[in-house]
Amino acid sequence: MDSSSLRLKTGLAEMLKGGVIMDVTDADQARIAEQAGAVAVMALERVPSDIRKEGGVARMANIRKIREIMATVSIPVMAKCRIGHFVEAQILEALGVDYIDESEVLTPADEVHHVDKHAFTVPFVCGARNLGEALRRIGEGAAMIRTKGEAGTGDVVHAVRHMRDIVREMKLLTVLGEDELYTRAKELAAPFELVRLVAREGRLPVPNFSAGGIATPADAALVMQLGAEAVFVGSGIFKSEDPAARARAIVRAATHFRDPKVLLEVCEELGEPMRGINAAALRPEEQLQTRGW
Amino acid sequence: MRVGILAVQGDFAAHARVLQRLGVQARLVRQADDLDGLEAIILPGGESTAMLKLLAPGGLMERLRAFVSERPVLATCAGAILLARRVLGPEQPSLGVLNMTAVRNAYGRQIDSCIRLARVRPEFAAVLGAELETVLIRAPRFQDLGAGVEIVAEADAENGCEPLLLRQGRILAASFHPELGQEDKVHRWFLAQAQTALQSR
Repeated sequence: MDSSSLRLKTGLAEMLKGGVIMDVTDADQARIAEQAGAVAVMALERVPSDIRKEGGVARMANIRKIREIMATVSIPVMAKCRIGHFVEAQILEALGVDYIDESEVLTPADEVHHVDKHAFTVPFVCGARNLGEALRRIGEGAAMIRTKGEAGTGDVVHAVRHMRDIVREMKLLTVLGEDELYTRAKELAAPFELVRLVAREGRLPVPNFSAGGIATPADAALVMQLGAEAVFVGSGIFKSEDPAARARAIVRAATHFRDPKVLLEVCEELGEPMRGINAAALRPEEQLQTRGW
Repeated sequence: MRVGILAVQGDFAAHARVLQRLGVQARLVRQADDLDGLEAIILPGGESTAMLKLLAPGGLMERLRAFVSERPVLATCAGAILLARRVLGPEQPSLGVLNMTAVRNAYGRQIDSCIRLARVRPEFAAVLGAELETVLIRAPRFQDLGAGVEIVAEADAENGCEPLLLRQGRILAASFHPELGQEDKVHRWFLAQAQTALQSR
């Protein structure tokens, strides 16, 4: 990818840092999200917890719905395509969405290949559980990485595991000798040049966000203290008792993530969070994070 | 010099990296108290709607308005929108200290974001050179420039020229992102101007 294109793609992700990106299914929700201080919205047909409940094939959202959301808010609008479904991505690019999430929350369209994201002008975000997966996605052209977590559960444990794994593996690389990086790249199944870059810089070459199971202001601050630069909240907002108040609270928590006094203030007046599912109780085939590789 | 970067949301880390390259350790500003003792401030890019929400609690908005009314400021993209006298696309509140109208997302969506060269006006070429690389991301357009506002750099547009970098006294405002550029010229100039302002106080 030529460097100017990558700078524009990661540049928009830079603008979202310290912010909250919220899943919305219609224009009314998008307006609530924007008024609460969301930095962007993710337009989709069903939030992950409903996809989990209702089953069926989850695809790119209805175009009229996305268009309606784009016309309603002035903040960036993202939309999801299925893993490997480059035609859904082409359609979303033609529609003019600001970011595409090649997402494990939708039913994968390709069992082997992810989308070649270099072929697009619109930037992509992709999920990752560990450093190898993150670097494979960046190698394919992703301009933002987010943890996968376990979407639609309201259980933050997997987002925490993924963020800890990515950060630990990056730290490890920085103490390896140049001659040890070749084998490490093989073990990570990641492009050598990217492994070397992370070893030198100690961080990913693209912004590193967190997603999957974040349901409370404390969850948001937790993943940010662990190294996330912004958070995605899916079912956590519009499946809770008072979405507008919860959205505002999570927005403030993402800014003041290291300030327990503000976090306390933020938690004080909140209603009930989404009920959630204990992610450890999921059968392996019910996990969304194992989609993609 | 004690420089702050507004860090309620946005690309404050990118600004901090530039300042670090130039030997300045910046303080991140998230609450009103964080402004205490600062001599200059950077308002970064980001989402201005989100920033406005985050400025409201704890009186940060009012403290910031007082600060930018008398101290050196570098504002980029959303930061410049916060400073504008008037904001369109849609209308929203602002600090109102920079005498122009900012039209949000005036060039379109992310797909229309681009990197282009801006011409520096001759009177500023000695410090900035003849051209500036400008990274424009969902950029605002500056229009209806009022008294006291100078155009520092501009680019060709459909109806003549449009300004990309403005100066009004101690304020520098860019519709682009010098913090994502490969040159540190704008930041260097900002620090030099802030130093001068400090010495003349």
